[in-house]
Amino acid sequence: MANKPPERDLAPVIQKLRLRYAKRGRLRFSSHRDFQRALERALRRAGVPMAYSAGFSPHPKISYSNSAPTGVASEAEYVEIGVTELCDPQKLQAELDAALPPGLDVVEVIEATSSDFSSRLEASLWEMEICAPAQEVMSAVGALMESTEVLVERKTKSGLRVFDARSAILLMESVTESAVTGPGGDQMPPECVILHVVVRHITPSVRPDDVLTALKQVGNLVPLKPIRVTRLAQGPLNEVGDVGIEAEISIRDPFDPDRVLV
Amino acid sequence: MTSQILDSSASTTRERGQSVFPELEALLPLIAKPIQYVGGELNAVTKPWSDATVHWALMYPDAYEVGAPNQGVQILYEVLNEQADVLAERTYAVWPDLESLMREHEVPAFTVDAHRSVADFDLLGLSFSTELGYTNMLTALSLANIPLHAIDREDHPIVVAGGHAAFNPEPIAQFIDAAVLGDGEEAVLLISNIVKSWINAGRPGGREGVLLELAKSGCVYIPRFYDVEYLPDGRIKRVVPNRPDVPSRVTKFTLMDLDAWPYPKAPLVPLAETVHERMSVEIFRGCTRGCRFCQAGMITRPVRERSITSIAAMVENGLEKTGFEEVGLLSLSSADHSEIGDLARNLADRYEKTQTSLSLPSTRVDAFNVDLANELSRNGRRSGLTFAPEGGSERIRRVINKLVSEEDLIRTVTTAYGAGWRNVKLYFMCGLPTETDEDVLQIAAMAKEVIRAGREASGRRDIKCTVSIGGFVPKPHTPFQWAAQLDHESTDARLQKLKDAIRNDKEFGKAIGLRYHDGKPGIIEGILSRGDRRVGDVIETAWKNGARFDGWSEHFSFDRWIESAHFALEETGVDVDWFTTRERDYTEVLPWDHLDSGLDSEWLWEDWQDALSEVAVDDCRWTPCFDCGVCDQMNTEIQVGPTGVTDLPMPSARVSAVLIQGLCGN
Repeated sequence: MANKPPERDLAPVIQKLRLRYAKRGRLRFSSHRDFQRALERALRRAGVPMAYSAGFSPHPKISYSNSAPTGVASEAEYVEIGVTELCDPQKLQAELDAALPPGLDVVEVIEATSSDFSSRLEASLWEMEICAPAQEVMSAVGALMESTEVLVERKTKSGLRVFDARSAILLMESVTESAVTGPGGDQMPPECVILHVVVRHITPSVRPDDVLTALKQVGNLVPLKPIRVTRLAQGPLNEVGDVGIEAEISIRDPFDPDRVLV
Repeated sequence: MTSQILDSSASTTRERGQSVFPELEALLPLIAKPIQYVGGELNAVTKPWSDATVHWALMYPDAYEVGAPNQGVQILYEVLNEQADVLAERTYAVWPDLESLMREHEVPAFTVDAHRSVADFDLLGLSFSTELGYTNMLTALSLANIPLHAIDREDHPIVVAGGHAAFNPEPIAQFIDAAVLGDGEEAVLLISNIVKSWINAGRPGGREGVLLELAKSGCVYIPRFYDVEYLPDGRIKRVVPNRPDVPSRVTKFTLMDLDAWPYPKAPLVPLAETVHERMSVEIFRGCTRGCRFCQAGMITRPVRERSITSIAAMVENGLEKTGFEEVGLLSLSSADHSEIGDLARNLADRYEKTQTSLSLPSTRVDAFNVDLANELSRNGRRSGLTFAPEGGSERIRRVINKLVSEEDLIRTVTTAYGAGWRNVKLYFMCGLPTETDEDVLQIAAMAKEVIRAGREASGRRDIKCTVSIGGFVPKPHTPFQWAAQLDHESTDARLQKLKDAIRNDKEFGKAIGLRYHDGKPGIIEGILSRGDRRVGDVIETAWKNGARFDGWSEHFSFDRWIESAHFALEETGVDVDWFTTRERDYTEVLPWDHLDSGLDSEWLWEDWQDALSEVAVDDCRWTPCFDCGVCDQMNTEIQVGPTGVTDLPMPSARVSAVLIQGLCGN
C-alpha cells in the first residue's frame, strides 16, 4: 500500500521561465551542486509555485545548462524552471534574488516563449586574469593562436583524457580593463594581464583551465598565483568571415528569441 | 596596499579584525571543496569590528560539513550577535590540504564570516560534542599563533571549552583557559559581561584578573586555579583551589523556560553540502529515561519541554527563513514529549500539501512511535525507521536500564513493516558492563525474529533490517563512570562471533545488514573521556605526531595514539589500560568530581550497584522522584506539559502564501 507513491495534487506546468544568474566574488567557489541546493531552497523561500515531478521523492522542475566550473565566476549562467501559476518575471527576479545569498545573483528572468534553449549556448566569452609578465603572457597567446592543434590532458571521472584545446578557441585578446564589476571586483594587482577568450562549446568541453594548460604548454607560461576567471557571456555565436578576425566574432544574447516573441 | 595584501608578511602589519581573505583566496583554487571556507551562508551575520567591545570566535572543532549544522554553535552565534556590543563569528577545523598551505603561506586560522584572524578575538569558544575533536583544537590554536598552553598566553584570546565533553575538561586542562558546563545561552552572556567590564575598566589584573572574575562567578571552571595532587598508586588524592575566592566546585548552567529562548531564530543555510540537510527544532532538553550508559541523559537533566505552540512557530518561522524542505524535531528522545501526538498531527496537517517533510529521530521502541512516524510521513517520504534497544538480551537491558522487552520490539517492528516501512534500523552497543558473548549473540537472534515477524506482517520477503553496533565507552557523570571498559580485542572477538551468527544463517542472513566499527577508536575515546590532567601530554604528543580529525576513520590511527601514550605517560606510573579497562571503586577521587552536574554521587553509585544487580529504575516524569539530586542541587524542576492546547492555530497568513499571491497567479 505504502509501496506506491501517494496521491498528490500534481499541478501541471503552465509557464516556463528562464533565469540568468551570476556567481560572484567568494561564492564563485560554490560548485554546481551547491548552487542547485541554494536555488531550490531560495525558490521555496520566495514562495515560487514550482511544479514537481511525481514519484516517491518529488523534485522541482528545474533544468540547468552548462554550469561554470567550481572556482570560476560567471555573469551568465542559465536555468529554466516550470511553475504552476503564471508569474511576473520581474517580480520573480527580485524575490528570488533576495532569497539567494549575496554573490549568487539573479540578473534577469524572462518567460520562455521559444524552445531549444540549451542548443543556443554555442560558445562562451571568458575573462581570464593571469598574473605573469605581460610579455610572457602575450607571447604564449601568440604561440597558441598560431598552432593548429594543442593537445592537453585532463583528469575526468573516466580517467585521463587527451584532447585538442586549440580548435575550440575562436578568439583570444588582451584588454586593458576588467569587464567584471560588483562584489569581488577589487583592483587589479600589478603584473596581471586580462584576456578575453571566446571558446566554442564542443565535446569534450574546453574549459578555462584547459586554455591555461595550453598556454603553459606552448608558451612556458608560469602564473605567479592562481588565475581568476569569469564567464562574461554565453550564447549563440556570431561568426562572420574568417575565424580569428576579432571584430566579427561575438556572442549574442540567448534570450533574444524569447524577447522577439513577446 | 595592494602589494601588502599579496605579501604573506603582511600578517605582521594587519590591523586587528582585518580580513585575511585576500591571502586565503589565493589558496582556495588549490584545495578540495573550497566553498566550505568562504562563508556567505544565508542568515550569516557580519558586524564591523569596531562596533563591538567583546569579540567571540566560536569553533566547532570538526570539518565544516559536520560543524555548520551544529545547533549549539548556531544558537550561541545568534544569542551573542543579538547583543549590541558583542560580535561572534564561526570557525571550523581545516582539512590537512588547507592546513599545510596555510602554514606554507603564513595564513592564520580564520573565521568563515568576515575571515578575521582567530588570534584577534577576545574569546575563542570551542564546542566539544566529542573528545575526538581535541586534536583539531590544537591545530586551530597553532594555526592561529596562539600558544598551545594556557599559561603561556598573554594578549591572546581566552580559550573556553563547552559542550558535553567539557563535563570532564581535565585532559585538555593545560590547553584551555576556561570550561563551561551545561546550557550555553546564559553562560556566554555572563562571560561576555564579565569580559566587557574587564575591558572597559582597563583590563585590571591582566589576563589573570579576568580569569579570576570568571572563576568567582562559580560557574566558569578555570583549571589553572585548581591543583591536582596524586596518591603514590597514581590515583588522584585531591583537587583543591589554589586561590581564595575560587569555589571548590563549579556548577553547570541550566536554562529554564525554553519558550523564552526560541533559538536559532534564523538558522544558517550552508552552501556546501553538510551532514544534516535539514532544519532542526529542539522540542525539549534533558532526558530522565535513566539509561545508565547515556552521558547526555544524565548531564542535561531535568527535562524541559518547549510548548507545542512555540515549536510550531519555530518550525514555520525557520522554514520561511531557510527554505529547507525537511524539519527534524530534535531532542534526546523526541517521542517522549508529553504532547508529541498533538504536535505531530498538527504539523502533518499543516504541511501535508507542501513538499515539506518532517522527521523525528525515532529511537524509542514502541508502536506509538511508529504511529508518529506514519503521521509525519503522510505525504509520502518514508525513509527507514530507527529503534535503539541498545542491548541484545533482556538481562543486559536491565543492566543498562533500557526497559524494552523482546515482545515490545517485535510488536513495534511488526507495526512498522505492516505500515509499509521496508527497512528497520536497530542500534545496539557492545562492551557494556557485565556483558557476555551470550548477550551480544542475542542481537542475532533478535534480528532474525524481527525479519521473521516482518515478513509475516508485510507479506513480502524483501524487507530488511540493519543492525548498527557501537562500542560502549564509559563516560563521566554516569552510573557507569566507575566501570571497566572492555578491551578492544574482546570487543572485536565478540563482534566477530555475532557477525558469524548472522552470516551463517541461510534463512535470514541476507536480510540483515550489520554495521560496526572495531574496538580500537573506543579505547582512545575512553582515555580522553575519563582521563585526568596527565592525559594532556598524550593529546599533545599525538597531535605533534600528526593526529587530526580523530573522529574520521580514514584519519584516525590507533597505533599513533598508543605510541604517543606510551611516550607521554612513561614517568607517571599509569597507562592507557589504567584509564580505560580498570574498574574504579567508590572511594576513588574521579578527575571530574569537583565539577557539579547536579547528580548526587551517592545516587550515581547506588544506580551503578542497581545495574550490577540488574535492577531497573523508572522515569521520574511519571513516577515519584528518586533523588538523583539535580532539581534540588540546581534549583530547577521538570517542565513538561500538558499545556491544554491540542489544536494549534493555523497560521492566519502564511508568509509564503502571501508571497505567492503577490508574485504569481491572481
